[in-house]
Amino acid sequence: MRLPESLSRLIYNAIPSHLVGEILTKRWADNLVPFLLLAAVIAIFGTAINGFFAPASLLDTTRQLGEFLIVVIGLTIVMLGGGIDLSVGSIYALSVFMSVVGIYLWELPASLALVLAIATGGLCGAFNGVLIGYLRLRAFLTTLVTLIMGRSLYDILIIAWGRELQMSPVLNDRFDYIGTGSLGGLPVSILIAGVFALLAHVLLSRSRLGWHISAVGGSRRSAYNAGIPVRRTVFLTYVISGLSAGIAGFLFAARLSGAGPGTGSGLELAALTAAVVGGNSLGGGRGSIAKGLMGAVAVLTMTNGLIRLGYGTGSNQLVLGFMLAFAVVLDIRWAKNRHKVLAEVYVAPVHHRMSGDESALPNGGGAYALNDRLSDASPIALGEVEGPEDVILDEDGNLYAGTRHGEIVRWFAPDYRRSEVFAHIGGFPLGLAMDHDGAIKTCVGAMGLYSIAKDGEVTRLSTETNRSWASVVDDARLRDPNDCDIGPDGRIWFTDSTTRYDAHDWVLDSIESRPTGRLLVYDPKTGKTKTVRDGLRYANGVCLAHDGRSILIAESWACSVHRYWIDGPKAGSMECLIADMPGYPDNINRASDGCYWMAWLGVRTPTFDLSLRHPGFRKRMTRRLPGDDWLFPNINTGGVIKFDETGRIVGTLGDLTGKSHPMVTSMREHKGELFVGGILNNRIGRFRIPGADSEWTSWKSYWSGKTPPVAEGDPSQAARRRDSAETALPEGRA
Amino acid sequence: MSVLKSGTLSQERIVFLFAIVLFAAYAVLLDGFLAPNNLVAILRSVSVLGILAVGMGVVVIGRGIDLSMVAVMAMATAWQLAMMNAGTSPLIATSIVLAGVVAVGIINGLLIAYAEVPPVFATLATASFVFGLVRSRFIVQDAIPVPPSASFILEFGQARLAHMPIEVVMFAVAAFLSFLTLRFTKFGRYVYYMGDNFEAARTMGIPVRPMVIGQYVVSALIAWLAGLITAAGLQSINTRVVNSTLLYDVILVVVIGGIGLSGGKGGMRNVVIGALLIGIMLNGMTILDLPNIYQNLIKATILLVALIVDSRLNPRDEQVGQQGDI
Repeated sequence: MRLPESLSRLIYNAIPSHLVGEILTKRWADNLVPFLLLAAVIAIFGTAINGFFAPASLLDTTRQLGEFLIVVIGLTIVMLGGGIDLSVGSIYALSVFMSVVGIYLWELPASLALVLAIATGGLCGAFNGVLIGYLRLRAFLTTLVTLIMGRSLYDILIIAWGRELQMSPVLNDRFDYIGTGSLGGLPVSILIAGVFALLAHVLLSRSRLGWHISAVGGSRRSAYNAGIPVRRTVFLTYVISGLSAGIAGFLFAARLSGAGPGTGSGLELAALTAAVVGGNSLGGGRGSIAKGLMGAVAVLTMTNGLIRLGYGTGSNQLVLGFMLAFAVVLDIRWAKNRHKVLAEVYVAPVHHRMSGDESALPNGGGAYALNDRLSDASPIALGEVEGPEDVILDEDGNLYAGTRHGEIVRWFAPDYRRSEVFAHIGGFPLGLAMDHDGAIKTCVGAMGLYSIAKDGEVTRLSTETNRSWASVVDDARLRDPNDCDIGPDGRIWFTDSTTRYDAHDWVLDSIESRPTGRLLVYDPKTGKTKTVRDGLRYANGVCLAHDGRSILIAESWACSVHRYWIDGPKAGSMECLIADMPGYPDNINRASDGCYWMAWLGVRTPTFDLSLRHPGFRKRMTRRLPGDDWLFPNINTGGVIKFDETGRIVGTLGDLTGKSHPMVTSMREHKGELFVGGILNNRIGRFRIPGADSEWTSWKSYWSGKTPPVAEGDPSQAARRRDSAETALPEGRA
Repeated sequence: MSVLKSGTLSQERIVFLFAIVLFAAYAVLLDGFLAPNNLVAILRSVSVLGILAVGMGVVVIGRGIDLSMVAVMAMATAWQLAMMNAGTSPLIATSIVLAGVVAVGIINGLLIAYAEVPPVFATLATASFVFGLVRSRFIVQDAIPVPPSASFILEFGQARLAHMPIEVVMFAVAAFLSFLTLRFTKFGRYVYYMGDNFEAARTMGIPVRPMVIGQYVVSALIAWLAGLITAAGLQSINTRVVNSTLLYDVILVVVIGGIGLSGGKGGMRNVVIGALLIGIMLNGMTILDLPNIYQNLIKATILLVALIVDSRLNPRDEQVGQQGDI
């Protein structure tokens, strides 16, 4: 390998550049910018102000933070639901007033004053909620108006009652303690705010209402169509915001033991700035309590810091205005371009040098040379079936295949002209395997492992595996389950082709060529799935060896077949059986003569092999060219390869016309015939294998003699079933 | 333009009728309401509000809103007067402030048209920024008097045209010029197209982004004009007006006059009618000696009712309503 190529391999394979894209897909990645901003603000003001970190100073700051944080949390919840609440400033002021009146004029205990404050806030919030949720007014202007109304009301009240409040002789120790006391070194208000934040977080992330709020904010129309009571949800967000302002007002009243003319004025701008600076999206859908918390600390630190640094009137507004505009622009540009950034950085190809000089060229000599024999295959369900990735037959000779429409269709023996929907699954069924009781196990694309009993009943077996500790993307999820087979003990071995891409993006996975495919095993006794092997380049076909002691695994983008031992002295180890084939292997199945059939979904090309050695080229290709112009594995010519237990190639079947079976993803031998499926094909091929055992079936090779015959497998019953199937049509006509 | 069939009861007609009824009721009930001086006072009291509403009206017709108008009005004028007080020549001070005002309009437009920030947030942020910048950097107290050297401003404030105070004349001129612009110029027609269907306007090739910037520059300039007229009339400018409810009065005039907040509807006639109604109402409340805070409450309530009526008359379409349009 020449130096530049070694260098490029070092750069692209050793640096985990794929993590950048994976981190960007995470919701928490949004928090990075506000977090850095917060750190910067604290660093700047911490160094600029003497004694910023002194306990007394921090205590005072956190006391204010408690009130402010509660207001910001309320606003965050409203914003998450797609609204905005500017009236928090006057709701806050009114609640302060009611708390003070409760304590000093009506001489209520602190708890009742709190209830009074919360009720005030809740009522005001409900007023907003009715206007915006039910009457569907514009949130911004409406709350702006209720802000003025509340403020005018407060001015009227404070002028009417202010003097009496000033003169009140009442002393309420508990009230004063809430305002000025500490518990374990922390002010009471910040403790309350902490509890409140925790509750709000649980509400948003774990409760039905919280999910509804996110849904409504994310897309009002979709939420409505999903049956979520949109108006009530919006209404409730404003009530929550009002309640929050009420609690915060009570804390403020306790801290200052009074209310003045300017109480809470300008709070709405500060709270709004805090919520937006924290990264809560305008217009809803994206936001969290953590974001609100970061924004609140940043804004409060900044506004308090400016005052303590001696900047005069107006500098607060200056900074708030600037921060608000800046944060909103950032938020909107990010929301708009996030997917572009993601698309730019997500595909991270690695260097991969393919070897092997065997060719599949027809007449080229060599074991892999393709021929034209498969073009003789007679079609089943021509034009009726879409995408039979895998095919399987039962003992009665009935043929089953998954289709792109999310169904498993059954064609009836012997001529396969009549068909019925055997089971509807909802996802694209890929690999199939038949259990000893005749149930079909299938890997459903993007969903998981499913079982379909003989009567057509669908059971979900597994949709997740164990999560590996260092994974960034959720690799517990089965992203691309592809093929399965059943071990002698009933465990189901199956592959998950990649953890990086969804099934329909397999082209990107091939271009990236990053080994993330896995071999998984589902244990029916425990119902658990675990990962037994990872690091495969698109793990694909799985087949239990004839002796039942190992399984064969096809690794598509590495053009290899591996043997994984499940029994015997080498159990748990994997060895390479066939390497460097000239084609990309797909499913593998047993043949009647003790060999194996392997489908090729396509053949290697020198151009793509070369491009695999140039990851930079492939990266540029995916960024600069439209998908149609990408170089990716040739899937126009595939075929069927037969190999023996030692990995020696003993035969090939191809369709050089490219008309019947250009791409083959599966084949199944049954009573001397080979049934051929292709995920992009519109037919199932039926090919008579010269000299094959005409009594051999796959099911018998797996199960006869190993398990006692069960009722469903009883041949006489099977015969009756076939009779009834064949007589069904005339009866139906009569 | 209100292209309503004759005979239908449009919001504009309702408001106009209501203004007449209110006028008649006050005339009967309140002593001195009909006195010529009081009638001129009504017009005068409402003219600054009306000038601001002209600017706001242009922006709202183009489906925007400008919450920075009052901040620009007060702070631009205060900065100008402060510079003149400090000895800068009026011409230079005016030029600098002109550049500043145009810059604020351009910043608003850039944020809204290019960064795609909703107008409410963009202008809320610039309002805060403009107030904070001028208040903390360029002036030292809340109220800035007109310097004696700038007697022309004072004379301008005292000037009368056909027995009308100059404020009223300026209101009329501003409204009439805006009417002509909206009606007869390409810019004006484009404003309507954009307000009616922004995407369609963009698709048919109207330069919507420069147009948006243009709108906000116009509204900033009109706000500054309102500030100068205020200063001329009161011989000083008080920057605390930024914290008052003046901004909401402006929105009240626009909305109650019948310019739908969803854009593309209404015209200068609506602004004049809205301003008259508010003027009559405020004048009556002042004669009744209602304290300012009660007046604010009443105005806010009326604005709320107007918003409800507006949302009923100009319902937003849920199907095409933009996500995040708040």
